[in-house]
Amino acid sequence: MKKFVEHQGIVAPLDRANVDTDMIIPKQFLKSIKRSGFGPNLFDELRYLDEGQPDQDCSGRPLNPDFVLNQARYQGTSILLARANFGCGSSREHAPWALEDFGIRAILAPSFADIFFNNSFKNGLLPIILTEAEIDQLFREVEAVPGYQLTIDLRNQAVIKPDGSRLPFEIDEFRKHCLLNGLDDIGLTLEHAQAIREYEAQRQQTAPWLFSN
Amino acid sequence: MAGKTLYDKLWDAHLVRANDDGSALLYIDRHLLHEVTSPQAFEGLRLAGRRPWRIEANLATPDHNVPTTERSGGVETIVDPVSRIQVKTLDENCDTFGITEFKMNDPRQGIVHVVGPEQGATLPGMTVVCGDSHTATHGAFAALAHGIGTSEVEHVLATQCLITKKMKNMLVRVDGQLGLGVTAKDVILHIIGVIGTAGGTGCAIEFGGEAIRSISMEGRMTICNMAIEAGARVGLVAADEKTIEYVKGRPYAPQGALWEKAAAAWRDLVSDEDAVFDKVVVIQGEDILPQVTWGTSPEMVAPVSALVPDPAVMSDAVQREGTERALKYMGLQPNQKITDIQLDRVFIGSCTNSRIEDLRAAAAVVKGKKVAASLKQALVVPGSGLVKAQAEAEGLDKIFIEAGMEWREPGCSMCLAMNPDKLGAGEHCASTSNRNFEGRQGFGGRTHLVSPAMAAAAAIAGHFVDVREWMQA
Ligand code: SF4
Repeated sequence: MKKFVEHQGIVAPLDRANVDTDMIIPKQFLKSIKRSGFGPNLFDELRYLDEGQPDQDCSGRPLNPDFVLNQARYQGTSILLARANFGCGSSREHAPWALEDFGIRAILAPSFADIFFNNSFKNGLLPIILTEAEIDQLFREVEAVPGYQLTIDLRNQAVIKPDGSRLPFEIDEFRKHCLLNGLDDIGLTLEHAQAIREYEAQRQQTAPWLFSN
Repeated sequence: MAGKTLYDKLWDAHLVRANDDGSALLYIDRHLLHEVTSPQAFEGLRLAGRRPWRIEANLATPDHNVPTTERSGGVETIVDPVSRIQVKTLDENCDTFGITEFKMNDPRQGIVHVVGPEQGATLPGMTVVCGDSHTATHGAFAALAHGIGTSEVEHVLATQCLITKKMKNMLVRVDGQLGLGVTAKDVILHIIGVIGTAGGTGCAIEFGGEAIRSISMEGRMTICNMAIEAGARVGLVAADEKTIEYVKGRPYAPQGALWEKAAAAWRDLVSDEDAVFDKVVVIQGEDILPQVTWGTSPEMVAPVSALVPDPAVMSDAVQREGTERALKYMGLQPNQKITDIQLDRVFIGSCTNSRIEDLRAAAAVVKGKKVAASLKQALVVPGSGLVKAQAEAEGLDKIFIEAGMEWREPGCSMCLAMNPDKLGAGEHCASTSNRNFEGRQGFGGRTHLVSPAMAAAAAIAGHFVDVREWMQA
């Protein structure tokens, strides 16, 4: 998993509440045997004017000019500004996979759906909860200023605006530790690599046949 | 202090670390892989730039998606694109990471739960996992074995460990003797009928008692295979001389001095006399008759001589409604004789019953007889290429073919509707597999779970018969 310490990036405003996981990545893309490569199909139905098919080359598809991520000023976006209950609906982990693959590192919203919230941390994506008022204000600023960027300082738990003002946010200590160090479940277990090696060495003595091929 | 159960011993021997939250890091000795649940795990490894922790602990083979008809043309000739991609992806992943794989046309390929024990890749005292719920099968070797999900497959690949919690201990003791014509399959179906599909939830079930001791390793695998249908992720049988004898000389089994040392250690893979189980169920071997499932859950099972149950006389509303729904789906009438159920297809195969002993039992029943004209198809699908070769060396293939059955290449086949072998809507099938859920063998298909001998007899008669009558004659 990618580490998340500090990140600065262009912000795109997705001004609708209850964005569900089917909107984030429609179900026809779930047949894939992969967990990467979902980026081109992120928000497929909003982003393109035609209907997307799995394994299709998306580069020639007609784009919906009204969709925010298609607009020139939001190219290279890595921070999504969103409304309440982001990520509701089915529990598919493909949703954070698609966001991550597209290049999104953080999502700011007044609230998130539970499973999506959990799945995001597992995939190096930082969901940040701010107040309704703070989010409203950010929407106004992002829309007013082309190229608007934010900095996210995870260590100090703050979103830093261009004018230097700071919006503090809460995060569970354990999750913060995992993100700062790029630790997913596997990363956490690998923190005990020494214990695993010691176990193996001891087993090799007591049950050598388990290591004979 | 009370002694340890077999499960306690296996757990303790593999504990790397107890975590603060009550979970534990358990070391995994053998990781088996197939094409359905592994692709995203390999992809995850690649994305994170990780390598498998211990490559030689892994063994892979494709089984769910492989066609069982002539397939010498190789993977490219698999018709269904999703199936083809899954099998090819497994091949590529194993090649890239250097994992041993028995590919589709390798003589050692087969259903992963048949292949592991057959190769001696499953050894007594091991922890064995696989992204497949029927991994419980390997518990027949006094190994701690259970299914895992895809993210856990990735975790095991990367760390050789699993984050898990300890289960409860349950003992199912089958005392006494089994009657003529009563097989391991009948034992486990009977057990599920008694304890229900949730009977073992949260437990590791150890199957013990005189009747279990009398059963062969193949039969013990059949029993542990269906622990999951009794709600338990783990099934276990204590090690004895049969276990050790079965493992001896297999390709992955230890040899020479190492063998002696291993065999000595394996003799301790039993529950202590004074071990305490959280739950104990005792069954009398003599009470077990040849079984047939009549419904859409493995617990909807009855002796072949019984009648289909009548929901009208059931006092429990949930049970009554469940039965009504099942009978409707299965197209059966209350109080109909089970032996009157007419069959469309017969399937002998799956990780429950596709080993050589199963095929011998089926062949003994059909020898010199012909499949009923009313049957559309009777499939015999060996569990692995080596089972197939052994059966052919014994002439079993000829017996099946002469009886009018189809003799196939190894794979999961009609156990699940994921490859071309399927039931049509409304068709009744006598199947030696393990799940009779709605649509499991094909949309609208009606599955009746039975033993290989019972399936073979049903193929000849065109309906269920009590195979014991044929044996006495
Ligand atoms: S034979 Fe059936 S139950 Fe066994 S692994 Fe294959 S699909 Fe699963």
